[in-house]
Amino acid sequence: MEKRVTFGKWTIGILFAVPQLLLIFTFFYWPAGQAVYWSLTLQQPWGGGNIWVGLDNFRSILSNADYWNSITASLVFAGISTGLAMFIALVLAALTDRQLAGSRLYRVVLIWPYGIAAPALAMAFRFILAPEAGFMAVVNQVWPGFWDPGLDGADAMASIIVAFSWKYVGYNFIFFLAAFQAIPRSLIEAAAMDGSGVIRRFWDIQFPLITPTIFFLLVINITESFQDSFGIVDIMTAGGPANATNLMVYKIYSDGFKGLDYSGAAAQSIILMLLIIVLTIFQFRFIERRVHYR
Amino acid sequence: MTMIKRGFAALAAGALSTALAMPASAEPVKFDFWFGLSGDLARVVDTLCKNFNASQKDYEVVCTSQGNYDATLQNTIAAFRAGKQPAVVQVYDVGTATMMLSGAYKPADKLMEENGYKIDYADYFPGIARYYATSKGEMLSFPFNSSTPLMYWNKDAFAKIGKTEAPKTWEDVGADLKALKEAGYECPMAINISANESWQLMEQFSALHNQPIATKNNGYDGLDARLEVNKTKFVQYVTDLKKWYDAGLIKIKSKDLGQDMVQAFASGTCQVILTSVGDHGTVGRTQKEGMKWDVAELPVYAGTERKNSLVGGASLWVLSGKSDAEYKGAAAFLNFIHDPKTALFWSTNTGYIPVTKSGFDYMKGQGFYDKAPYKGREVAIASLTASEPTEITRGIRLGNFTQIRAEFGTQMQAIFANKVSVQEGLDTLVKNGDAILDRFQQTYPGKTLP
Repeated sequence: MEKRVTFGKWTIGILFAVPQLLLIFTFFYWPAGQAVYWSLTLQQPWGGGNIWVGLDNFRSILSNADYWNSITASLVFAGISTGLAMFIALVLAALTDRQLAGSRLYRVVLIWPYGIAAPALAMAFRFILAPEAGFMAVVNQVWPGFWDPGLDGADAMASIIVAFSWKYVGYNFIFFLAAFQAIPRSLIEAAAMDGSGVIRRFWDIQFPLITPTIFFLLVINITESFQDSFGIVDIMTAGGPANATNLMVYKIYSDGFKGLDYSGAAAQSIILMLLIIVLTIFQFRFIERRVHYR
Repeated sequence: MTMIKRGFAALAAGALSTALAMPASAEPVKFDFWFGLSGDLARVVDTLCKNFNASQKDYEVVCTSQGNYDATLQNTIAAFRAGKQPAVVQVYDVGTATMMLSGAYKPADKLMEENGYKIDYADYFPGIARYYATSKGEMLSFPFNSSTPLMYWNKDAFAKIGKTEAPKTWEDVGADLKALKEAGYECPMAINISANESWQLMEQFSALHNQPIATKNNGYDGLDARLEVNKTKFVQYVTDLKKWYDAGLIKIKSKDLGQDMVQAFASGTCQVILTSVGDHGTVGRTQKEGMKWDVAELPVYAGTERKNSLVGGASLWVLSGKSDAEYKGAAAFLNFIHDPKTALFWSTNTGYIPVTKSGFDYMKGQGFYDKAPYKGREVAIASLTASEPTEITRGIRLGNFTQIRAEFGTQMQAIFANKVSVQEGLDTLVKNGDAILDRFQQTYPGKTLP
């Protein structure tokens, strides 16, 4: 029979958890509660007073076509950038794991992008993708008017997706590579001796064994693409042209801090929080079924 | 309750600072000044602060840049809510309505009077003073860095089409741009259509043509003002700009695309731009070798009686809840900035214009406008004082105007990308802008602008 060390009193357990609970309360529940309160009132920015308005803030936001446009843009951004960042990282990690020539170098270099701060990264991509000065200027010389993120919303969206994906390829790469390296070599070698090729081995052995990592990264990437996109949007497009890249998180910032509409911004952040919660529940409910934990 | 607490705190702080000041009379009273300029301009402000501190020994101003205008206002609000606000803060022109309703300031004219400074408010250029004054004409804040837009034109390019003068009407501009295009210039004129250009394209255009931006005299007469730019001469202006853009006479230049319009003009790529007099120095410093250029007042449509242009920039607000000693220091600081000699220092080192007639006269007397790098900047004063301000050209007093400017950028981009027609875009601008104004009004129920 297995012997377990147990604590007689549940209070000790609670005591151990207190420091963490305090942190979570101070930095999450308390501000979130404040945001809920603000979203139900009209706050004067300078703190002169507020009026209880119930759900009016939510009603006016949800009846605003610009807001729905912002939700659509966020979903498109989240979907494409998550797919792109995960796919590229998966391919790169699989190749690096095969110990091809130079893989030691790649192992180090490919995680660097995640270490670059979003604004710095956005500045770099703004230059690279500038239609008149950067790399895309060459493309524009061949096909004039092909690339115009200043007026074409789709081009602007593509710019921020590329910049964001580039950063998260680095992040995903670390996890994928670790997952690949945790697979016992003997399994792959046995499969190789049975005559299966690289692709076959990937699909039948490696891929099923890294599904927990894929699922974890899917949740993280989608969540982050709703939140971490702010710096990139701010520097590269500022939400334009014509609101094409006005993602939810950026709209919260511009309404709240530039427009001093604290209540409207609070209501929007509640909606964003609910959306992320729903998406995460959805992923755990429907996608996690296909994950094989060891 | 909070009032009482704040009162006690102020009393205590006052007592404390006098107590501290008493035994060591050599120790100057410190107070904070937050401003929104960065880079070169921030260094000039720092020098200004050093000069003030060196000019007397009773007070010491601690000047802190907050990066930009938006951040300055946001940080000041956060600090105010926490009771740690600076004594003096620089707030940009369009933040004026928000400040007036904040209840967080000490009126500048009262402050100066209480501390025994006599300021001749009639000395301010009326176009500048009215922008920041209440509807009754009281100065709640002090104009600080001020500018107005000008048309920058390339003399070499215009010489090629046989012109030695800048076009004065938009009809002439249209003809000249066409001629420049035919003479082989790829980019006759550059504009940008982001939120920032609301200033020269919408606000200044409307002022020069005496056209309202909003009802209730641009908001001066009440919080229930609503936009009306979709039925003024502005519609024709946007239609013309779009037409010229479609014909390749106007190019859009912005930092995001690789080159902003000031760079495009200074490098000789584009021949005409509309931008602030504040860029006069930048163009001079960064221009292509030997390029000849000049500035002129913004054009108007033929047959228009030209009115004064609006002042842009920021003013200095004194916040409530500070000690008497700090207020004394703040008053001394504002008085120092008001001095014509400071105006000369300020304008020499930045592109900003003097805000008082005496400052302007002093600078003229010193020969400031005769010398090469500064010559031309007097056009800005001419533009600002082209007429006595009318009910409409006093300025713009609309709540959350930053968001309305953002909406301007959005709709202009939609128009120029052919997503909507000019009229549809401007109708949406008015509709969304009105929703912003509506919300502002609801946030301050029962309050009126001073």
